Amino acid sequence: MSVGLGHYLSVAAILFTIGVFGILVNRKNVIIMLMSVELILLAVNINLIAFSSFLNDLVGQVFALLVLTVAAAEAAIGLAILVAFFRNRGSIAVEDINSMKG
Amino acid sequence: MGLAGIFFYLFSAVLLASGLMVVAAKNPVHSVLFLILAFVNAAGLFLLLGAEFLALIMIIVYVGAVAVLFLFVVMMLDVDFAELKQGFLTYLPTGALIGAVLLAEILVVIGGAVLSPETIAGAAVPIPELERVSNTEAIGEVLYTRYLFYFQLAGLVLLVAMIGAIVLTLRHKPGVKRQSIAEQVARTPAASIEVRKAEPGRGV
Repeated sequence: MSVGLGHYLSVAAILFTIGVFGILVNRKNVIIMLMSVELILLAVNINLIAFSSFLNDLVGQVFALLVLTVAAAEAAIGLAILVAFFRNRGSIAVEDINSMKG
Repeated sequence: MGLAGIFFYLFSAVLLASGLMVVAAKNPVHSVLFLILAFVNAAGLFLLLGAEFLALIMIIVYVGAVAVLFLFVVMMLDVDFAELKQGFLTYLPTGALIGAVLLAEILVVIGGAVLSPETIAGAAVPIPELERVSNTEAIGEVLYTRYLFYFQLAGLVLLVAMIGAIVLTLRHKPGVKRQSIAEQVARTPAASIEVRKAEPGRGV
């Protein structure tokens, strides 16, 4: 049984689900939530590169590079917001992020 | 199942196990370290798929920049992480249920999908043979010509992210003396020198 496209897509699907599960379960810890988002973007990248390899098309790899860029920017901005929030409130619990509630 | 198959299962197993540990670990520092392990194994999968450039970029960007940034923030913030972990068991059944349903849906979609021959034949940029052009060179040839706009857009995204991160975390503490060049240049003798007549034996 050789390793085909379906194997890689299944791994990516499981990783994506682990990421979603992490966001649902860690409802208090924003840092773990951000890491779960990174896992989800990694699953997307695995999908793109698996399709790129099995369809013999280079465009998937180019777009994986762009997803990588966006993931890095997202992590930087998210952690900066987290640090700014921690300075104001002294906590990173999600329940405390409610000052914009009407 | 050849050597590539064995390595596929090895990398995937470690990737998924460390992904689960990212979510489940008690200590966020352990989560970050498991995240690094997951990224390294994903890079191994990319190598198996023939995307060497992205595999190594993955390690440089994620392990070298993103994971270190996470580690830095986790260690800098003085938070009681055990307290943040408390809702874990409460949300576990709901999260597991939603996750299982989502996974089943995605797997059904993957299982039923068939690639049509037109899709396989109609590659926008076919990958050249590895003997002739290396993966890095092939990506470079496409990225800087056909997808130049996207490349520059990525640069813009990174620039905005950098400016945003600096603006968000910059703060001016009161009571810190800073150099103000405009003020220094604007100083005149009239404003800064005072001539007093000192009488003998009295002082100023």
